[in-house]
Amino acid sequence: MELEKFSYDNKIVKQFAIATIIWGLAGMTVGLYIALELIFPALNFIPIASFGRIRPVHTNAVAFAFVGNGIFMGVYYSLQRLCKARMYNDTLSKVHFWLWQLIIIAGALSLPLGLTTGKEYAELEWPIDVAIAITWLIFGWNMFGTILKRRERHLYVAIWFYIATFVTVTVLHVVNSVEIPVSLFKSYPVYAGVQDALVQWWYGHNAVAFFLTTPYLGLMYYFIPKAAERPVYSYRLSIIHFWALIFLYIWAGPHHLLYTALPDWAQSLGVVFSIMLIAPSWGGMINGLLTLRGAWDKVRESVVLKFMVVAITAYGMATFEGPMLSLKKVNAIAHFTDWIVAHVHIGALGWNGFLTFGILYWLIPRIYQTDLYSKKLANWHFWLGSLGILFYAIPLYWAGFTQYFMWQQFTPEGFLKYPNFLETVTQLRSMYIMRSIGGAMYLFGFIIMIYNMIKTIKQGNLLENEDAQAPALSKIEGSHEGEHWHRWIERKPIQLMVFSLVVVLIGGAIEMIPTFMIKSNIPTIASVKPYTPLELQGRDIYIREGCSTCHSQMIRPLRFDTERYGEYSKAGEFVYDHPFLWGSKRTGPDLAREGGKYPDSWHYNHMLDPSTMSPGSIMPAYQFMLDDNLDTSSTAPKIRAMITLGVPYPQGYDKIANKALMVQADLITAGLKKDGIETTSDKEIIAVIAYLQRLGKDIKANNQVFTTKK
Amino acid sequence: MSVLFVLIGASVITALGFLIAFIWSVKNGQFDDDYTPSVRMLFDDEVVKKKK
Ligand code: HEC
Repeated sequence: MELEKFSYDNKIVKQFAIATIIWGLAGMTVGLYIALELIFPALNFIPIASFGRIRPVHTNAVAFAFVGNGIFMGVYYSLQRLCKARMYNDTLSKVHFWLWQLIIIAGALSLPLGLTTGKEYAELEWPIDVAIAITWLIFGWNMFGTILKRRERHLYVAIWFYIATFVTVTVLHVVNSVEIPVSLFKSYPVYAGVQDALVQWWYGHNAVAFFLTTPYLGLMYYFIPKAAERPVYSYRLSIIHFWALIFLYIWAGPHHLLYTALPDWAQSLGVVFSIMLIAPSWGGMINGLLTLRGAWDKVRESVVLKFMVVAITAYGMATFEGPMLSLKKVNAIAHFTDWIVAHVHIGALGWNGFLTFGILYWLIPRIYQTDLYSKKLANWHFWLGSLGILFYAIPLYWAGFTQYFMWQQFTPEGFLKYPNFLETVTQLRSMYIMRSIGGAMYLFGFIIMIYNMIKTIKQGNLLENEDAQAPALSKIEGSHEGEHWHRWIERKPIQLMVFSLVVVLIGGAIEMIPTFMIKSNIPTIASVKPYTPLELQGRDIYIREGCSTCHSQMIRPLRFDTERYGEYSKAGEFVYDHPFLWGSKRTGPDLAREGGKYPDSWHYNHMLDPSTMSPGSIMPAYQFMLDDNLDTSSTAPKIRAMITLGVPYPQGYDKIANKALMVQADLITAGLKKDGIETTSDKEIIAVIAYLQRLGKDIKANNQVFTTKK
Repeated sequence: MSVLFVLIGASVITALGFLIAFIWSVKNGQFDDDYTPSVRMLFDDEVVKKKK
C-alpha cells in the first residue's frame, strides 16, 4: 500500500497553548482578587472590580478560557496524530482560534460592566451566546472533517470523548440560552422560576460533566500513555468507562436542586444516577493510575507524570465527593456553604489545572524540538501547586462545616444559637485568609511555569508543520454484517448523526420552548403578582451587580432555614422570575423574605456602607447606586418583553409604566426624607430598595393556603 | 414543570444519538480489537525524527 505524505499542524497547537497560559494567569489572578475581597471588602472600591461582577469573570475565565483553550490545544494535537491526518482545514482552525479568543475578550469586558444574564456559568449576554454557538460548530466541523479523512480506521477512545463533548455541549448551550433580547446587551430567559432553575442546573451540571470532565478524560487517555510510553492499563476498560459515563452523566443534574420545588421523583432519579456515576468515574481513575503500574520510578523522575498522577487522584476525589454530596442528608449540610467551593476547586485546580500543566510540560518542548528549560523550576511548580491545593481546600472544608454548624445550632429553649448571620460571617475570616494563601501559592507556581515556558520557547524552535506519513485508509474492510447499510452509514457516519441531531434540537427549541414555557408560567399562588416597573428595574440592578453570587433566595424546608428566614419557598412564588435568582452560595444571608424586615432607611445606609449597619460585614459598598440615575428609558421594552413572556401586565402597560415607576419612587423618597435622608426619586438605590422590600411580601401578606403546582 | 419534558426530551435525543453511535461502532468492528489500538497510538510515524 502506498504511503501518503502529509504534515501535522503544530502552529495551531502552539497558539492554543499560549492562550491557555495567558487566560489561566488572568483567571486565577481574578480568583485571588475576589478571595481577598472576602477578607478586605475595601477592595470592592470601583464597580467594575466589585465581587458580584467579577466572580463570574473568574469562573468563566477558568472554565471556558483556561480549560477551554486547554481542551482545544490537546484535541488539536492528539486528534491529528490519532487520525493520522492534518486538521481538516487550516482556515477553520484559525477562525476557531481567533473567534474563541474574541469571545473571551468580549466576556472579560462585558461582565465587569455588569452585562450579565445572571445564570451561573452562562452569564454572557445573548450576542456572545450566539458567537459561542457559531464558534463551537466551527470546531465541530473541523473535528469531524478530520475524523472523516482519517487514515486510521479505528477511533481511539480519546476521540470518542471528544465527540461526546462536542455533541453534548452543543445541546446544553442551545437549550440553556433560549432568551429574548430586550436590547443589544440585555435579555431575559424564556424560562421562569423553577423552570429556569431546572434548565440552568441541568446545564450547569452537564457543563462540568462535558466541558471539564469528558474532554479531559480524552486528553488523559492520550497524554498519559504518551508521557509514560506505555499503553493504557486496559483499553477495554477505557471503552466501558466511556460508554457508561456518557449514558449516566446526563441524568444526574437534579442533585443541584435537592430540597427545592422540583418533584421528588426527579430528585431521587438525580441522586440514584449520581451514586451510580462512582463506578465509571473510578473505573477511569483506576485505569489512569494503573497505566503507571511498574513505572513508578518514571513518575519519580518525570515532572509530567507527577502532575498527571495528582490530576487523576484529584479526579478520583472529586468524583467520590460529588455523589456523596448528592445524598440528601449530606447535601443539607453542604449546600450554600464553602464546602461546595472547596469541592469544585479540587476539580478545577487538581484535575483540570494539573492535567493541563502536565500536558504543557510534555508538549511545549516537543513541538519546540528542545528540552524543558528547567526541571528544577518545574518541580517547584509541582510542589507549590500541590501544597496550594491543600492550603486552599482544607480551610474551605473547615469553613463549610463551621457555617453549617453555626447555622443549624439551636439553644435548649429552641431558638437559633446564632440568630445574627453576621456572626457566622466574621467567624470565617481566618479560614478565608488561609485559602487565599493557598490560592496565592498555586498562582505563584503557575507563574514559575510561565517563566519556564518562555525560556523553553526561547531556546527552542517551533516545528510548525511536522511531516508524517501513513498509508491511506482502505476503502472497505471485511465486516461481519451485511454490506449495504453498513457501507452507507460508514460513509458519513458521525457527521450525519451529529448534524441531524443539532438541527433537530435547534429547530425544536426555537419553535417549541417559548410557547411551551409561557403556558406553564401561569400563577399558582393567587397573591403572587408581577413586579412593579420600579421593582423590575431594581431586580435588574440586583442581577447586574451579581448580588446572587453571595445571596440565595431559596428557603429550604429545613428547620434551621425556616427558623432563620421564614416560610419555605414555594414553586408558585417564582413564576415571574426571569431569570430565577436562587443563588448557590450564602456568603450573606438568604433574601427570599427580606421585604419588610428593615425600614427603607436601613437599606439606604447599608448599601452606602454595609459596615455601618453590620460592623464587620464583608459585603461590598454600593455608594454609586446612591449617585447614579436609574435608566428609565429601558422600562418600556422590558415590560414589553415580559408581556411577550406571558407576565400578565395589562395591555399597553409599557406606555404608562414609567409613570407608575415615578409614583412608587416618590413614595420611597418621601419615606426616606422622614428618616432624615435627602435623595431624589431618580436614583438607582430607590429601585433596589423597592425590590428588596418586595421580596417574599406576596406570601407574607397573604399567608393562607397555597396551591403549588408540582 | 413542563420544562422537565424539554430537558428529558433533549437528554433522550442526545442519549439516542450516542446509542446509535454505539451500535454503529460495534457493528463497524471498532471494539473487536481491544488491545492493539492502545499500543498503536504510542507510535507516531514522523518522517523526520526529532533532533535533540
Ligand atoms: C461579597 C458578598 C456579597 C455581595 C456581592 C452582596 N452582599 Fe449583601 N450581604 C453580604 C453579607 C456578608 C451580609 C451580612 C452582613 C451585613 O448585613 O452586611 C449581607 C447582608 C445583606 C443584606 C441584609 C440582610 C439581612 O436580612 O440582614 C441585604 C439586604 C443585602 N445584603 C443586599 C445585597 C444586595 C442588594 C447586593 C447587590 C447589590 C448584595 N447584598 C451583594 C454579602 C454580600
